[in-house]
Amino acid sequence: MNLIINGQNKTFAAPLNVAELLLRLDLDKKPVVVELNREILIADKYVDIQLDDGDTLEIIQFVGGG
Amino acid sequence: MDKLIIAGRTFTSRLLAGTGKFASNEAMVAALENSGCEIVTVALRRVDIDNPKDSLLSHIDRERYLLLPNTSGARDAEEAVRLARLARAAGCDPWIKLEVTPDPYYLLPDPIETLKAAEILVKDGFVVLPYMPADPVLAKHLQEVGVATVMPLGSPIGSNRGVRTRDHIGIIIEQATVPVVVDAGLGAPSHAAEAMEMGADAVLVNTALADTADPAAMARAFKKGVEAGREAFLAGLGPQRDKAEASSPLTGFLRDD
Repeated sequence: MNLIINGQNKTFAAPLNVAELLLRLDLDKKPVVVELNREILIADKYVDIQLDDGDTLEIIQFVGGG
Repeated sequence: MDKLIIAGRTFTSRLLAGTGKFASNEAMVAALENSGCEIVTVALRRVDIDNPKDSLLSHIDRERYLLLPNTSGARDAEEAVRLARLARAAGCDPWIKLEVTPDPYYLLPDPIETLKAAEILVKDGFVVLPYMPADPVLAKHLQEVGVATVMPLGSPIGSNRGVRTRDHIGIIIEQATVPVVVDAGLGAPSHAAEAMEMGADAVLVNTALADTADPAAMARAFKKGVEAGREAFLAGLGPQRDKAEASSPLTGFLRDD
């Protein structure tokens, strides 16, 4: 299954939910926010959301800024 | 010093600090500490998924500092609203520094898109602190839609040129019904003091601290500048005159004329 994460094409074996994806990316313990196809996800629901081929994700974090 | 109240929340410090451009997290932490600030701005960006770094948030004590995420990078109202909602989803208080800057050279705020986004975000329950051109009419419009502060620029972001919009900021302060925070372009403690002497309620600085050889020492200097300016404003500056007025009594005993 192909996912577009932060503008990059990435391939993963299905099935995969959002919590599992974050674990694979080593982001499960980091304070990130996830948008799936332009919808902001609630962290409590990550395990319930199965990803599909072609899904577009944005994974965002806080950085220094003025 | 007298307290600063924004959206019902009380702050002791009148200096807000940004967290960008510091050479290291340690330098940032030391500067924040010395500045005495209680509100710090942060930005939102994509995670580098191939090389995820330590989170900025692990270096900022959330008990001590109120995080004020900004919408930097937004070129229109829609992008700003999207960023604000992402910040809130990250577990922040719903405070947002609204920033819409379509022009990459001067990073001047877009007044129309800023007003549009402010209206949407206020209705959505955000406490909105908009970065804005120093335009008194726009300040009124923003206040009408319910922003928590107005944040007119002194000069372009990161330019360190000081309060170049002085006359218009003066009008904004005179007419404001919410706190006025002079944001952007302040490069020296004297600039911060100048804004505070004029009656600004607070100032926000980032580059002026981060892009120096010793951010921690500069932060301490800015803290003093802000406090001096505030105290001078409260004391009331003496009047300006075109001609000299002697400070020493002219007793005339040296000669009779």
